[in-house]
Amino acid sequence: MAKRVAIVGTGQTFHKSHRPDVNGQELIHEAVARALSDADLKLKDIDAIVIGNMDHFEGINYVDCWSVDGSGGTMKPIIKLTTGGTTGCTVAIGGYHLVASGMFDRVLIIGWEKNSESDTTGAITTAFDPIWDRLVFAGAISGLAAEAQAYMARYGATDRDGARVSVRDRKHAMNNPHAQLRKEVSLEEVLASPMLADPIHLLDVCPRSDGACAVIMASEEVAEKICPTPDWIWGTAARHSYSYLGDADYGRLTSMREGSQELWKKAGIKEPRKELDVIEMYQPYSFGGLIWIEDMGLVGPGEAPRYIWDGNTDMGGELPINPSGGVISCNPIGATGLIRCAEAAMQVMGKAEGRQVPDVNFAFSSGFGGCWWTDMILHGKKKPA
Amino acid sequence: MAEKENIIIESGDAVQPFAYSVGMHGSKFFAEIRDHQRFLGIKCSRCGKVYIPPRGVCGDCFAEMNDWVEVGPKGVIGTFTILRYAFIDPETGVQKPVPYGYGFIKFDGADTLFQHYINIEDEAKIRVGARVEPVWAKHRKGSIRDIEYFKVID
Repeated sequence: MAKRVAIVGTGQTFHKSHRPDVNGQELIHEAVARALSDADLKLKDIDAIVIGNMDHFEGINYVDCWSVDGSGGTMKPIIKLTTGGTTGCTVAIGGYHLVASGMFDRVLIIGWEKNSESDTTGAITTAFDPIWDRLVFAGAISGLAAEAQAYMARYGATDRDGARVSVRDRKHAMNNPHAQLRKEVSLEEVLASPMLADPIHLLDVCPRSDGACAVIMASEEVAEKICPTPDWIWGTAARHSYSYLGDADYGRLTSMREGSQELWKKAGIKEPRKELDVIEMYQPYSFGGLIWIEDMGLVGPGEAPRYIWDGNTDMGGELPINPSGGVISCNPIGATGLIRCAEAAMQVMGKAEGRQVPDVNFAFSSGFGGCWWTDMILHGKKKPA
Repeated sequence: MAEKENIIIESGDAVQPFAYSVGMHGSKFFAEIRDHQRFLGIKCSRCGKVYIPPRGVCGDCFAEMNDWVEVGPKGVIGTFTILRYAFIDPETGVQKPVPYGYGFIKFDGADTLFQHYINIEDEAKIRVGARVEPVWAKHRKGSIRDIEYFKVID
């Protein structure tokens, strides 16, 4: 029987486009020190470490080894997990498994990236089949654009609908001192920004960021001693749906649909739209904020634009999405999924300060990779049964 | 003031030290397009799904496949985009010429999509559902480049 697991502390850097003042291990250390301080723990209290990034981005392999001075991993059990864009969520799921197994009581989880040191598109391309998928591929944006185009053709959505999501996330980022892009944008500015790949404009997509995030998970025996109101993990899910990019169902995110259904079932959630209180989604482009909430079952197919335009996902709305400003405002890729997890945990713990949603019982966080794979976590205030 | 020097790692003209196998199924596909300009997909005998590119195993059923079926060569645009921003193509180490049409082709008779270039001379014709056909390279070597691009035919 798996043990119950809770998040008892989080820490993150003040994410920026470029952090030449620190190297990788020093950047990692900033987040780790903040997480330990948040949980009021010392490094000696940590039983194991899970760390990850997209190591082909920086072109420096084996962060589990070379970062130990900064991560605290010297002579501790430490493992690396790397799953592309989902890495930050995967390290959290891996940490959850370690604690739930009963083998470790306090696990430190780290995600980080220095995107400024890399060629993002070149690195992402290496995640795809060299013979079949690389000829026309243009990094993450080409695939995302193809998804958006298919969704628009199927349901009649427009680029204005996408732009509305960017406007929301950039507005929310104003409340988050850790976000990279803290300047509101208007619908007109999004639509007038350069077209990267039809229908995606520059302001529809995430930036490249340098940043790190750390989360501490604890077993049920010690969690409430460390933190009086911890964030309980109610469930995790991870899904892949294809071998070659052409296998995907464009216009629908099958991995999100299947994974979220698993979570709702685990937690006994019948109406996610009413029962969830806040969502931190790895949504690297605006149209994902439409398509993927339909796949989560919040609204029916084609209904997301109306739901978004009515303000339901804005702060103060029925179900706020990305109070942190989300990925469109900040994207240190290997940290991004873990930032979603940390932000969701902060919402449950009541520590989200200027971006706090009132009375959070259930929160959802996710990771998204390459194109079309999804990892996710359901967080709750109550201890799971 | 110190001169800024970047360390650059790129492919350029250098040959990458990789030698990938395409497997028996992929080899047959490429031999067919080179010699006969025909597209071969493979059908799962359990669920009936027709895959292109062909491969050994149906992931949904976890069943081995041996049932070859010809698909296309005509089809429709399943989805697409037009790439307009310049980027370094990691396959060549040089900037990819933009704009270009990036398509997912749904061949007649196939259930999955096939990625390739779409000719965008007339952008107004590029839409989901438009009918397309391949334009073959004159000198075919048994590679994905044996197809130059797909063009809209309606």
